[in-house]
Amino acid sequence: MSTLVTTGVPSAQDIAGVTPPEERRARGPYATIECFQPIPCDPCHHSCRFGAIQEFEDINDIPKMDWSKCTGCALCVAACPGLAIFVVDETYSETECLIAMPYEFVPLPEKGQPVKLTDRAGIVVADGIVQRVVAGRKPAGTPVVWVSAPKRLATVVRGFILRKEG
Amino acid sequence: MSVRTTELVIIGAGPAGICAALEAASHGVKTTLVDRGEELGGQLIKQTHKFFGWHKKSAGTRGVLIAKKLAGEVLNNENITLLNSTEALGYYDDGTLLVETPRGIDRVLGDRLIVATGASERMLLFPGNDLPGVYGAGAVQTLMNVHGVRPGDSVLMIGSGNIGLIVSYQLLQAGVRVAAVVEAMPTIGGYAVHASKIRRLGVPIMTRHTIKEAYGKEQVEGAVIWELDENWNGIPGTEKDLEVDVVCLAIGLTPLAELLWQCGAEMAYIPELGGFVPLYDETMETTRKGVFVAGDVAGIEEASTAMAAGRMAGLSAARSLGKVSDLDYSRLRNEIAGELEGLRSGPASAKILSGIAKMRAMLQSVKEAAAVSEAEPANRPAKQAASEPTDAGDLPKAGARDSEAQGNNGSKSEEAVGA
Repeated sequence: MSTLVTTGVPSAQDIAGVTPPEERRARGPYATIECFQPIPCDPCHHSCRFGAIQEFEDINDIPKMDWSKCTGCALCVAACPGLAIFVVDETYSETECLIAMPYEFVPLPEKGQPVKLTDRAGIVVADGIVQRVVAGRKPAGTPVVWVSAPKRLATVVRGFILRKEG
Repeated sequence: MSVRTTELVIIGAGPAGICAALEAASHGVKTTLVDRGEELGGQLIKQTHKFFGWHKKSAGTRGVLIAKKLAGEVLNNENITLLNSTEALGYYDDGTLLVETPRGIDRVLGDRLIVATGASERMLLFPGNDLPGVYGAGAVQTLMNVHGVRPGDSVLMIGSGNIGLIVSYQLLQAGVRVAAVVEAMPTIGGYAVHASKIRRLGVPIMTRHTIKEAYGKEQVEGAVIWELDENWNGIPGTEKDLEVDVVCLAIGLTPLAELLWQCGAEMAYIPELGGFVPLYDETMETTRKGVFVAGDVAGIEEASTAMAAGRMAGLSAARSLGKVSDLDYSRLRNEIAGELEGLRSGPASAKILSGIAKMRAMLQSVKEAAAVSEAEPANRPAKQAASEPTDAGDLPKAGARDSEAQGNNGSKSEEAVGA
């Protein structure tokens, strides 16, 4: 039984299955879709302008990525109703990567703001900085926040908190 | 007491009832939509999360925006009369629906009835469950998302179905701490994406755990949770004391079917559908002719399927009133049936499908029993059985005025005998 269904945290195997191969990771930003259960949902496919999220045969299909077509634009990050898509850019700098995450809290952070980076269990793993904030589409789209993180944590960081919990 | 006459009465203006009304009205059916709430949309008005489903339908839209859109369509539809802030009190043999409006008691007399009353929340037994601070998830959502009131500072969520997970997320968005989500089953009940979303925000989800007690003087001051063994008994020594001022129950829903009992529709207890549900066919018609159902009252599911099932009920009611041509009917029926099938084709729908299959098997045997008793010459004269709708004693009369006018509604062999 995967830890996904007992704790909500996907297993290492789950994550490996949605992470592109090393050579693709070294080439530029890519989307990773952490959607592991067949549920009736298809907006991610329709949000992609580049055909990187393949067409669904059945509404319950798990999304399939063609990373050769993905530009890392992050439109799918804002579109996913399950907030399960992230874009990772491991070419951001020598030591850092950039991660785009859906963020539905107020207030939105500001560019340059330091944050505590968290993993899939909500545990703080490092410090990061907000690099870009894309407001959601009106009237109620999901904002996308890009944060820089240590490169070694490119497949680990999946959240952030603005300030230390009081 | 005034009497309103109408072709179709729909009880409940949630996603199922509204979609039923819009579908029926699109075929020219004069429809009266009754809802006890002031605002249209049922539970949708509290749903601030984005919906799954088809991109071309409402997927990616938030429930509260769907409610707004649907409400606008209802208000602009000249075939729909809306009775909001109006409670349906009872349904009588002559087809009268008694309602309590803000102005007093009224009668509504309709040729057809669609019951889309939804569901109510289940309660859980534990010491301290009567303390202020113990809420149902629906109440928490109403407080936060309709009235803008935080229910407390720190919450223990009981149940990891989609409602428990989504309400936990909404609590976090409102700045409320969620101490834990406990789940008695060995696995999380709701969609993994919802679970991962709150887990990422640091909320522990503890399967095989439940609440042992809530305690406090005047209100909830804390709660004790513990682990369950394989026989669902708490394991002594595994207790954890959580400092919370709210215990939120999200342990499931059960169909709100009182009016259907009163109608004399055949009911059956089907756990997969959430409790007692009416027996109904593919057109959403119950065993009481002219009475249709849609949404959670027909089996606990979710809003996307409720909307499609509502359309099916509205179409069927319009068809039975002679408002839909054969060609349009078969096209629309196939379209909606295909949509429902698609929505239910994944593993998450296995339970609901097995419940529906069980219910249909029961419906079949009720119909067969009815056919036998109809063929039995001792019970009634054969000629009369073939042409008369019913004798009032053993067959409840829905849409009574209509079946008398047409004279053939009760003669079909598939008509079921009421309880």
